Amino acid sequence: MIGTRNERQSLQIVTLGRRLPASPAAFRRRAIVVLTVAALATLAYFVTFSRKTSAQETSSCVICHSKLEPRLSDPVKSFDGDIHKSKGLSCNDCHGGNPNKADKAEAKDPNWGYVAKPTAQQIPGFCGKCHSDANLMKRFNPSLRVDQVQEYATSIHGQKLQKGDQNVATCVSCHGVHGIKAPDDPQSTVYAANVAETCGKCHGDANRMAPYGIPHDQYDKYKSSVHANALYEKHDLSAPTCNDCHGNHGAAPPGLTSVANVCGQCHSRQAELFQKSPHKEPFDKMQRGECLRCHSNHDIKPPTDTMAGVGPGSVCVSCHNNDKGFAAAQNIGSDLGDVSAKIDEAKELLDRAEKAGMEVSHAKFDLRDASDGLTQARVLVHTASADEIHKALTPAMENATKNYAAGEYAFSELSFRRKGLAVSLVFILFLAGLVYLKIRQIESKPPSVES
Amino acid sequence: MKKIDSLFLWLDERLGIQSIFKMAKKKEVPLHRHSIWYYFGGMTLFLFTVQVATGILLLLYYRPSAEGAFESVQFIITEVQFGWLIRSVHSWSANLLIAALFIHMFSVYFMSAYRAPREITWITGALLLFISIGFGFSGYLLPWNKLAFFATKVGTEIAGVVPIIGHPILRFLRGGDEVTGATLTRFFGFHVAVLPAIATVLIGTHVLLVQMHGMSVPPKIEETEEPKTMKFVPNFLLRDLIGWILAVGVLAALAAIFPWELGEKADAFASAPAGIKPEWYFLFMFQTLKYLPAKIFALDGEVLGILGFGLGGLFWVLVPFLNKTPGHGRRKLVFNVIGIFIVVFIIVMTIVGYVSS
Repeated sequence: MIGTRNERQSLQIVTLGRRLPASPAAFRRRAIVVLTVAALATLAYFVTFSRKTSAQETSSCVICHSKLEPRLSDPVKSFDGDIHKSKGLSCNDCHGGNPNKADKAEAKDPNWGYVAKPTAQQIPGFCGKCHSDANLMKRFNPSLRVDQVQEYATSIHGQKLQKGDQNVATCVSCHGVHGIKAPDDPQSTVYAANVAETCGKCHGDANRMAPYGIPHDQYDKYKSSVHANALYEKHDLSAPTCNDCHGNHGAAPPGLTSVANVCGQCHSRQAELFQKSPHKEPFDKMQRGECLRCHSNHDIKPPTDTMAGVGPGSVCVSCHNNDKGFAAAQNIGSDLGDVSAKIDEAKELLDRAEKAGMEVSHAKFDLRDASDGLTQARVLVHTASADEIHKALTPAMENATKNYAAGEYAFSELSFRRKGLAVSLVFILFLAGLVYLKIRQIESKPPSVES
Repeated sequence: MKKIDSLFLWLDERLGIQSIFKMAKKKEVPLHRHSIWYYFGGMTLFLFTVQVATGILLLLYYRPSAEGAFESVQFIITEVQFGWLIRSVHSWSANLLIAALFIHMFSVYFMSAYRAPREITWITGALLLFISIGFGFSGYLLPWNKLAFFATKVGTEIAGVVPIIGHPILRFLRGGDEVTGATLTRFFGFHVAVLPAIATVLIGTHVLLVQMHGMSVPPKIEETEEPKTMKFVPNFLLRDLIGWILAVGVLAALAAIFPWELGEKADAFASAPAGIKPEWYFLFMFQTLKYLPAKIFALDGEVLGILGFGLGGLFWVLVPFLNKTPGHGRRKLVFNVIGIFIVVFIIVMTIVGYVSS
C-alpha cells in the first residue's frame, strides 16, 4: 500500500470521493492521466495568454513600422521597454488611429484621432490627455499626481513654450519618448541619480543656453558639491539633485528670498536659527540670497570651521571688516578651531594608546559627546552669536580635555608598566641567579649526584 | 626552637609528615639525554597554580552576566590596581599552560613513559588535556566580547553536529538554542567550579602516581645503561624553581608588552567579524573540518570529521593498552610514526589556519 491510512484517505478526497484503485499499477495509470490533463490545461492557458499578447504586438502600426527605416522603426523597438506598454497600452492609445486596419490611410484616419508626431506645443496636452485625468490614472497608479501639466504651465519652460519657444523642455525632453521608464527605475532618465545629467543635457549646452543669457556650468558645479558626493559616492538617494530645489514639472529658479525655504526643507534647524539671527534683516534688505551667500548654490562644499572665522576661507570677512561682526566671527572661528583641534588631538592620542594595547574604549566612547557638542555648535553658527556658540562649546572642550588626559594617563601607565617590568625582570633574573648559585653550592660540596 | 620541634612532632604524630619528608629525600630523578623533558610536567603544574591564583583575584571583581561581564572586565583592566596585570597574566598563562601541557604530553608519548605500571598516570594526564581545553573554551567566553561570542557560537555549533547526542549537548552547553547570557552563566559555572573540582582530583591522582612510580626512563636507555640519578630535593626542585621564576618573568613581560585585548562588547545582533578563528589550540581541528568535503561516501563530511576527532581522542587515552610492549620492534615504529604524524598534522594545520584567510 502507498502512504499511511490518513494519507490514503486524503488522496481519496482529492480524487473527488472516488476510491483509489487497490493496486499500485492502477494508481500510477490514473496519476498519469490526471497529470496529462493538468499539463494540457496549463498549455492551453499559456497559448490563450500569448495569443492575447501577440494581438497587441501585431497591430498594423507595429507590422508596418517594424519594416521601415530606422527613424520609423526605432520607436517600435524602444517601446518594448516602455512603462506604458507594460500597463497594456499600445501606439494608438497616444497617437490615435485604427490599428486594426492594414491600409495605411485607414489606419491613420484623422477621424480616429490620429496624430503623427505632436509638436512641442502639443506635447503637454498630448501626455496630459491621460496624466491629467484623475479617474483614468487611478486605474494604473492611484498615488500618482495628476497636476503635472498644470505645474508645467507655471514653470519657466512652460511659460516660454506658451510664448512660442520651441527649444524649451517639454515632457519628452526629460522623460524620453518611446522608452519611458518609471521614475524609480534606475534606467529612467528621471531616476534620482540621473536627474542632474538629464537637466545638464540642455543646461550644460553653452550654445543652447546662450540665447537665454543664463550660465551653463551648473551641472559641472553640482558634480563637485557635497550633495552630489552624497548622491553618487554614498548612493544616498535622498540627497538633493536639481529637482529637489527647483521643482520638476514646475521648474523655476527659487527667488533670492525663498532660497532659505528651499534649503530649510532638509536643513530645518539651520534655517530656523537663521530666521531669528541678526543676519536675517540685513540680508533681506540687501537682497542677499540667504543660504547661498555663504554656501553658494550649485557647488556647495562641505562646511568647514574656517568659513566662520576671519582667516583664509572665511565667508564672514566678505561683509565684516573691523566691526562688531568681525570680532564675533573671530571668536567663533577660534572657538570652533580650538575645540575641533582638541578633539582631534584626543582622538589621535587615544588611537595610539589603543594600538599600544591600552584599554581606552571608555574614553573613546565618551569623546563622542564632545564631537556631538561640536556638531551642535557648528549648527549654532547660523545664530551668528559668539556667546551662544561659546556656551555650547564649553562642555565639548571640557570633555575633549578630560579624554585627552585619559590618553595621557594611558601612556603614563604604559611607561610605568614598562619601567615596572624592567625592574621586575632584574629582580626575577637576580632571584634565578641566586637559585642557580645555590644549586652549584649544593652540588660542589657533598656528592649529591650518584652513579 | 624547642617549640617548633614540639609542634613538628605534634603534627607528625597526626599527619605522618616525617614519612613524607623521608620519601621526598629518597626521591630521585634519572639523568640521561632526555631528562630535559621532565621539567615540563612541573612547569604545567606551576602554570596551573598561576591560573588558580590569578583566577581567584579576577573573581573578586568579575560579574558573570551578559549585562555586567564585559563592563566588569573593563573595570578590572582600567580601574583596579594591577587588574590589567592579573587579567593579562591569566590569559597568557592559560596559553602557555596549554603549550607546556602539549610538550609534556608528547614527550611522555615519545619516551613511552605510559607503559606499565603508569597507564593510569597517562589516562589522568589525557583527561587533564581535555579538562584544560574545557577551561580554555569556557574561559574564552567570560569577557563577553564579540570574538568570544562568535567563537562560542561556532564552537558549540560544531558540537551540535554530532548525530543523536549533538543537539542535546548544544542545548546543554548554551543553556538554550542560542548563545545568550544563560550560556555565559553556565560557562562561568563550568570554569570556576566544575572543571576546577575535576582538575583538582585528576591532578592529585596524577602527581601522586608520579611520586609512587617515580620518573620513567625511556626503554632504550633503560636497556643499555643504568642512568645516573639526581636528588629530587633539593637538586631537581631548585632547577624546577629556576624554570618557574623565569616563567613569571616571561608572563610579566607578555602582560606588560602585549596586554591581552578586550575588544568590543558582544552583540547578538551584530554580524560575525570576518575571518573569525578559534584559539590556536583548536585551530588544527577547525581547519581540518573546513577542508573536509561536504559529503564523504554519502555521509556528512563535518560529522565524520568530528567523529574522527572523537575516535582520535579515545585512541589517545587508550594508547598504553594499545602499545603494551613499547620500545620493541615494529610496534614501536608504528606508534612513533603515528605520534610524528599527529605532531606534524597539528603544526601544519595550525599554520595553515593562521595563514589562510
